[in-house]
Amino acid sequence: MISQCVDHGAQYACLAANINFNLDGLRNGFWQLTIDGLSWGAIYALVAVGYTLVFGVLRLINFAHSEIFMLGMFGAYFCLDVILGFTPSGNDYEKGVALTVLYLGIAMLFAMLVSGSAAVGLEFIAYRPLRKRGARSLTFLITAIGMSFVLQEFVHFVLPKLLPGYGGSNAQQPIILMQPKTQFTIFGATVSNVTLVIVASALVFALLTDMAINRTKFGRGIRAVAQDPTTATLMGVSRERIIMTTFLLGGLLAGAAALLYTLKVPQGIIYSGGFLLGIKAFSAAVLGGIGNLRGALLGGLLLGIMENYGQAVFGTQWRDVVAFVLLVLVLLIRPTGILGESLGKARA
Amino acid sequence: MRGRVARKAFAIGSASLVVLGIAGCQQQSEPSEDGAAPTDLKIVEQVQIDENGTEVKPPEGVTPLNPAGDGKAQCPPVSIAMAGALNGPDAALGINIKNGIQLAVDQHNDNNPGCQVQLKTFDTEGDPQKATQVAPQIINDAFTIGLIGPAFSGETNATGDVFNQAGLVAATASATNVTLSEKGWKTFFRGLANDGVQGPSVANYLKNTLNHKKVCVVDDSTDYGLGLAQAVRETLGPVADSACNISVKKGDKDFSAAVTQIKGASPDSVFFAGYYAEAAPLVQQLKDGGFEGTFVSADGTKDPEFVKQAGEASAGAVLACPCGPATGAFAEEYKKAFNQEPGTYSVEGYDLGAIMLKGIDSGKITRPDLLEFVRTYDGQGVGRKYQWTPTGELTTTLIWIYKVQ
Repeated sequence: MISQCVDHGAQYACLAANINFNLDGLRNGFWQLTIDGLSWGAIYALVAVGYTLVFGVLRLINFAHSEIFMLGMFGAYFCLDVILGFTPSGNDYEKGVALTVLYLGIAMLFAMLVSGSAAVGLEFIAYRPLRKRGARSLTFLITAIGMSFVLQEFVHFVLPKLLPGYGGSNAQQPIILMQPKTQFTIFGATVSNVTLVIVASALVFALLTDMAINRTKFGRGIRAVAQDPTTATLMGVSRERIIMTTFLLGGLLAGAAALLYTLKVPQGIIYSGGFLLGIKAFSAAVLGGIGNLRGALLGGLLLGIMENYGQAVFGTQWRDVVAFVLLVLVLLIRPTGILGESLGKARA
Repeated sequence: MRGRVARKAFAIGSASLVVLGIAGCQQQSEPSEDGAAPTDLKIVEQVQIDENGTEVKPPEGVTPLNPAGDGKAQCPPVSIAMAGALNGPDAALGINIKNGIQLAVDQHNDNNPGCQVQLKTFDTEGDPQKATQVAPQIINDAFTIGLIGPAFSGETNATGDVFNQAGLVAATASATNVTLSEKGWKTFFRGLANDGVQGPSVANYLKNTLNHKKVCVVDDSTDYGLGLAQAVRETLGPVADSACNISVKKGDKDFSAAVTQIKGASPDSVFFAGYYAEAAPLVQQLKDGGFEGTFVSADGTKDPEFVKQAGEASAGAVLACPCGPATGAFAEEYKKAFNQEPGTYSVEGYDLGAIMLKGIDSGKITRPDLLEFVRTYDGQGVGRKYQWTPTGELTTTLIWIYKVQ
C-alpha cells in the first residue's frame, strides 16, 4: 500500500490538486451547510463548557476532558447494549418515536453519569493531590495531558480484557436507534430528525447551564471562586466543593454531548474518538473567550458553522484546517476571544 | 443556612439522578427482539480479474497443490521460517499468515512420518527496525532453508538485502509495495499481485465489465488512499467525474458534505480509496442520504469489521483485493485447526508453505536448491496460479473481486 504521490516525488502536485476554491458550493448549499454546521456546533458547545468552567475556576486547561467525553460514548453504548439489551448490528431499530426518545433519554442519563463520575474521579485522583502540594500550573497541564493518554490507552488495551467486546483497536459495532430521516425543508435545506434532536437538546442543556451559573447559589459560588479564590474562601465558599461540582457539571454536559454525537456518528465509539472533537471544543472555548460560559456556547456554534462553510469552499479534507485558521484569525484581532471576559467578571 | 439547604438540595438532586438513571436502565432490561436483526452479511468472493478488468476463470480440473504430498517423503530435520507481526497492533495479519503455514506444515507432517518439517516463527511486530534484528537470527539458523515473510512492505524493504546475500528464499504473503521487486534481490518472491495492479484492474472492471458511465472517486488523503485513487482516476479517464473527485481525511466520521456532492453528481458508483474505519460510516451516510449506486472499495476496506460497522448499508458493496479467498477444503481444515475463519492472507501463507514443502519432499533440502525450486515453480494453489518472473513477481497478477452479500 503505497502512495504514488510520495514515491514519484510529486506530493506538491498531489496537494495542489486537492485544494479547491468553490464559492458556488457555499452559495448553493448555504442553508444546508448552516444547519449541518449548527448540529456540530451544538455538540462542540456542550463539550466546550467543560473546558471553560474548569479553566475559569482553576486556570487549568483540562486536556483530559476529551476522554471524559469518550468515556461518555462508551457509557451510552454500554447502557444500550447491556442494560437495555439492544444487540449491536450496525442496522437501525424501528421503535417508534416515544420508545426511541425514552431509550435515548435513559442512555443519555447513563452517559452523563459515567462522564460526570469520571470527571470527578479525575479531579480526585489527578488534580486534587497536586493542589494539596501547591504544584505549579505547568505540572497540572502535563498531568492533564498524561491523564488524557492514560484514559485513551485504558480503553484501548485494558478495557477489552475487563469487559470483552469493549474497547480495543476497532470502533464498537454500532447500535443505531435513530436513522437520519428528513423531517422538513427550510430554505431548500433538509432538516433531519437527528439534527433536530441534537440542536434541541443542546439548547435545553445550554439554557439550564446558563441558569445554573447565573441564577443559583452554587453558580454564584463558581463565579466567586473564578473571580478570587482567596476572598471567596474567606466569604465561606468551600473552594474544594466548588471545584468538584465544576468538574461534575462539565462531565455531565460532556456525557450528554457524547450521546448526541453517537446519534450523528454511530461508528465513532472508539478509544481515540474524543481526541479531535476535544481539541475542537477547546478551540471553541478559546474562540468565545475561555473562562466565559456564554463564550463557549457561542464559540462552539460559530466554529461548527464556519468549518462547515470552509469545507464546502476548500474541500472536505480541509475542514480542520479551516477551523484552526479561523481561531488564529479571531485571536489575532481579539486576543481574549469573542466575548472576552472571564467567568468571574461576566455578569456578577 | 440557605447555603446548606441549597447544597443538600443539590446533593439529593444529583443522587436521585443517579438512582433514576440506574433504575431506569434496569427497568428496561428485557431484550428487544423486534427491530434490527444482526445481519448475516459476509464478504464473498466473486471473480478473479486481470488488469483489463476482464474476468479470468480459474482453470478447470486443476487441483490446488496439497501439502500432504504422497506420504513417502524422506528428509533430514529441516525447518521453514516465518517472519511477521505476531504481537502488537498489527498482529492479526501476521497470525493469519502463520496459521496458514502451520496448517500446511501439520498436514504435511501428519502424512509423511519420514519427513518432519518444523515451522519456526520470528516476531517482527511489523516494525522494520525489529525485523533487521530478527533477520540475522533467521539466516544463522542452519536448519532453516526457506522463509515466508516478512509480512509487511516496510520490513521486507529493510531486510531484503540480508536474505539476498544469504541466498535464503524469502517469499512474502502480503507485502504489496511495487518497488520491492525492483531492488535486484534474487531471493524475493511475492505471493500476490502488487499495489500497481489493483487500481487499474478495479477501474477497468468498473468501466468495462460493469459498464459504469460515471464514477465518483473518493480518497482518504493517506499515502495508500491517494496512490490508489490516482491510479483509479487515471485508468477511468473521463468516467471518473471531476465534479465529485473528493478527498476526505482519515479519522473523519462525518461525510455529509461529500454525500451532498456525490448525490449532486448521481454516479453509477462511488470508489473509495481508504480503510474500513472510514468506509463504514461513509457507506452508511451515502445510503441514508438516498444514494442508490454501487459502493466500491479495495483491500483497505476488505475486512469483516467493515460489514460489522456498516450493517445492511454495506450490502452490495464491491471490494477488490489482491488477496485470495479461502475456499473449499482449505477453509474447513483451517476452521477445524484454529477454531476461526481463515483471515486475509491465510491462503497465501498456506500456498507458499505448500510450495516449499513440496520442494523439501522432492529432495531440495539446501538453501540454493530450495531457492532454485521456487524460482522455477509453476503450479496451481488454493488462491491462484503460482509462477514467478525473474524479479519475483507472479507471471499472472490477478485481483479478486469480492461482494458483501
